Amino acid sequence: MTEETTVESWQYLSFNLDQEIYALNIIQVKEVLDFTEITKVPKMPDFMRGVINLRGKVVPVVDLRLKFGMPETEKTVDTCIIIIEITLDGESTSLGALADSVREVLTLQPDLIEPPPKIGMRLKTEFIKGMGKKDDEFIIILDVDSVFSDEELVSVQDAEGEMDIVNSEDQPEHIEAV
Amino acid sequence: MQDQEYKDMFKIEALELLSDLEAKLLEMKEGYDDIEQINSTFRILHTIKGTGSMFGFNDISDFAHNLETAFDFVRNKKVNITNDLINLTLTASDHMKTMLDAGDENKADNDFISEEILTALNELVPLIEDSPEKHDTKTAGILKSVSEDASSSDMTYRIRFRPSVDIFTTGTNPLLLLKELRGFGECDIIAHIDRIPLLNEYDHKACYTDWDIILTTKKSLDEVRDIFIFVEDSSEVDIDIIDDGTILDKEPKRDKLGEILLDRGDITAENLVPILQKQDEKQKKIGELLVEQDVVSKSKISSALSEQKHIQKVRKKKSGSVLASSVRVPAEKLDKLVNLVGEMVTVQERLSQLAVYEDIPELTSIAENIENLTDGLRDNTMSIRMVQFGITFTGFKRLVHDLSKDLEKNIVLITDGVETELDKTVIEKLNEPLVHILRNSIDHGIESKETRESAGKSSQGTILLSAEHSGAYVLISVSDDGAGLDPDVIYKKAIEKEIIAPGTEMTPKEILQLIFSPGFSTAKKVTDVSGRGVGMDVVKKSVEALRGSVEIDSDKGKGTTVTLKLPLTLAIIEGFLVEMEGDKFILPLSSVEECVELSQENVDRAQGWDFLNVRGELVPYIRLRKSFDIQSDPPEMEHVVITGVDGQRIGVVVDRVIGSHQTVIKPLGRAMKHSEDVSGATILGDGTVALILNLDKLVKAA
Repeated sequence: MTEETTVESWQYLSFNLDQEIYALNIIQVKEVLDFTEITKVPKMPDFMRGVINLRGKVVPVVDLRLKFGMPETEKTVDTCIIIIEITLDGESTSLGALADSVREVLTLQPDLIEPPPKIGMRLKTEFIKGMGKKDDEFIIILDVDSVFSDEELVSVQDAEGEMDIVNSEDQPEHIEAV
Repeated sequence: MQDQEYKDMFKIEALELLSDLEAKLLEMKEGYDDIEQINSTFRILHTIKGTGSMFGFNDISDFAHNLETAFDFVRNKKVNITNDLINLTLTASDHMKTMLDAGDENKADNDFISEEILTALNELVPLIEDSPEKHDTKTAGILKSVSEDASSSDMTYRIRFRPSVDIFTTGTNPLLLLKELRGFGECDIIAHIDRIPLLNEYDHKACYTDWDIILTTKKSLDEVRDIFIFVEDSSEVDIDIIDDGTILDKEPKRDKLGEILLDRGDITAENLVPILQKQDEKQKKIGELLVEQDVVSKSKISSALSEQKHIQKVRKKKSGSVLASSVRVPAEKLDKLVNLVGEMVTVQERLSQLAVYEDIPELTSIAENIENLTDGLRDNTMSIRMVQFGITFTGFKRLVHDLSKDLEKNIVLITDGVETELDKTVIEKLNEPLVHILRNSIDHGIESKETRESAGKSSQGTILLSAEHSGAYVLISVSDDGAGLDPDVIYKKAIEKEIIAPGTEMTPKEILQLIFSPGFSTAKKVTDVSGRGVGMDVVKKSVEALRGSVEIDSDKGKGTTVTLKLPLTLAIIEGFLVEMEGDKFILPLSSVEECVELSQENVDRAQGWDFLNVRGELVPYIRLRKSFDIQSDPPEMEHVVITGVDGQRIGVVVDRVIGSHQTVIKPLGRAMKHSEDVSGATILGDGTVALILNLDKLVKAA
C-alpha cells in the first residue's frame, strides 16, 4: 500500500466515454475484458449494471456513463470492462467499469497534469485527479477511490444535481493534496 | 527455527489444555466435584508441567508443578476442594496464558505474579513443601498416568437375563431394568422369543422373553450387578466380562462367530469342528450352517452376531480414538480445500450439463460418476468443517462467572444442544454477537438479588444458552429469567431517538425488534459491562453478514429470549434454480415446498388479490416482477414456487422453474453489500452468474 502511494506511476490507461477521454492510473487497473453478459442485480441504482463471472469470482460492474450522468452504455464491438482494484472499508476489492472503448497506455509527467477547472465540468470535482493533455486533447484523470467510495456506490444522483454542487462549492484542497 | 516450531506447537497445545482446565474447574464450581473432575484437573496440570519443561518453558512448568501438587493433595483427600481454591486456580490458569503469550518479555512482572499466586496457594493448601517425592522422574509420572487410564477404561460385559415367568406379578418391569442398563453406556440388547407359546396357551401375565445384553461401560461389575439386585433370586442373571480393556487386544480371534458361541456355551467344540469343515466345502456362513444342523436356534445366532458387531465396534473405537487425537490440520488448509471443492462442484455442474446436451452414453455415465463422487467429496469436506457448538460454551461460562461476580449477581449459565454442529467460520464469527447478548442479559436482563427476591423469584438468575437444528438452519437462543423488556419504554425511546415517527402503529413484537435499530440503547447508565456505545444493531449486522437473522421476544417481568437463526454452512447449499426475464435466480432448496402453475386466468379470478388456492389452502404470493421492478409482460403461464419461511407458506412467482442446483455461494463483493434481496451469487454451468435470493428479506419487504 505504501509503495503504491509513494511511487506514483506516471502511466495511465485512457478510454472513451461519450466523446470524452478519461484515464485511470495504471496501478489500479488489473485487466481489461471484452464485454460479457452482465447479470442484473435487482433494486440496485441504475449505474450498478450487475455482476459478471471473472474466472470463478463474482465481480460487480459499474456503468460509468450512467454514474457521470450520460446516457447508458450501448453494447458495441469496442465496449470493454476495465477491472480495477479499489479500497472499500479498508479492504481491497475488484470492480468492473464499462468503457465505450479502451485507447492506450500513455505516460503523463506530473507537470503536464493540471488541476481540474472548478466550473464547466459535468463531474463532481472530487472525482477528478487532474486534467492531462496529449496531442491537443484533454484527458480527464479519474480519482478511482472517490468515484467508487462507499457513499457514491449507494447514492443515485441525477446529473443536474451534481452540476449544481460543482458550481456552488469550492473544493480546491482536495486536488492540491494529490 | 525448528525449535520455534516445537515451541509454537506447545503453545497451541497448552492453550487447549488450559481451556480444558477452565472447563473442569467451572464444572467443579457447579458442584460436580467428583473424583473424575479432580483427576482430570490433576492430569491436565501434570501434562502442562511435563511438556512445558520439555520445550524449555521452565517457569510455566514450575508454576504448574505447584498447582499439580495442590491438586494431588485434593485427590488424595488431604485437603478439600473449596471455592477459593477453584477461583485461585482460575486466576492461575489465566496467568499461565499470559506467560505463554509473553515468552521472555515482562519476565520480572510475571515472576512476581507467579510468586503472589503461589503464596496464596500455600495459604489455602498449607501442606505443600519440597519433599523429594514430588520431584519424581518423568517416567514414574508417565507410568502413573497410564495406570490411571487403565482403571477408568471401558469394560464390556455380556449379560444374560432370563426373568422368571411370574416376574410381572412381583411388580417388576424388566424393561425398566434394561433401560437403566442402557444409561450405563453403549448397549446392544437382543430379545429371545423362542419360549413364547402359541396364542391359545399364552398367559398374558407371564413373561416368556429373555434377553442377551452386551454392554460397554466404565462401571464396575458390582455396579452392573446391582441393577438386578431385586430380581436376582427369582431370575437367572449371568454376567460375564468379555473385555476389560485388554482382553480384546490379547485375543485377536475374539470376534469370530464360532468363538463367541463357544464362549457363550451355546455350542461345544465337538459341534463346531464338523461344521467348520463343512463351511470350507459349501462356502456358506457358519451361522446358517449351525441353524441348518439344528445345533443352535436362530435367535441365539443373532444374539451372537450382535455381540460380534459390538466387539468390532469397541475395537474400532479404540483404534479410532488413538487416530483421531493425533490429526491436527491448520485451518487455512481446510479453507483451501473447501474452495477447491467449490470450484470442482461448479465444473462438475458444467460437465453434467454438457453430457445432457451431447447425449453420448459414455459421457453421461462418466458425468454421473463424477457427480456422485463430487457429492461425496462435498459432503465430507463440509462435515470436516463442522464443529460442535459446545466448544464455545466454556468461554461463555467463564464470562458469566466473571461478570456476575463483578456485578454481585448470582447467575448460572445452563447450556443445551452442546453437540449441535455448525460451520467453523460461523462459530468463529458468532462469538462476538453472543458475548454481546450474554453481557446484555447479565447486566440489564437479570436483576440484582434483592430485586429478584422482592419480585418473588429465586435469587439465582438463570441464563439458558441453547442450540438446535431446524432444517438447513441452526437456531441459537439466549434466554434469561430477568426483568424482560417493556414495549412501552422502547416505543417512547424509539420516538425520542427519531427511529420511528410518533403515532406509528406497531404490535408489541414489532416494537421489541426496534432495539436492533442503529443508535438504540435503553441502558440509563453506562456501565463497565455493557453500554459502550455498541448496541444490538451490531449484533444484527454481524448475524446478517452470516446470512442469518435475529429476533427478540420478551415477557415483561419474566425474561427475554434472543434467537439467532443461522445457515448451517456458508460455502455450498442445495439450491433451486428459477428464471425471470432471462436472468436466473437461486432459492434455497431447503425452504422450497412445492411448485404450482399460475395462469393468467387464475390471477384474474382472484380479482387482484395476491392469494392462491392450493388444494383448498389459501397461500399468499409475491411477484418477483413487482419486487424487482421488471416492466415487461409476464409469460402466459407463470410458476409459483411455494416456500416455507418461518413456518408460513408463501409463494414466489417466477417465469420458469429449472430445478435443483448445487450452489457454491460466492459473495457479491463489498460494492454490492447494500443489496438486501440478494444474499450472494453463484456461477452456473454455462459460466453465467445467478443470484441467490434472500427469502426472509423479500417476504418481509412485500
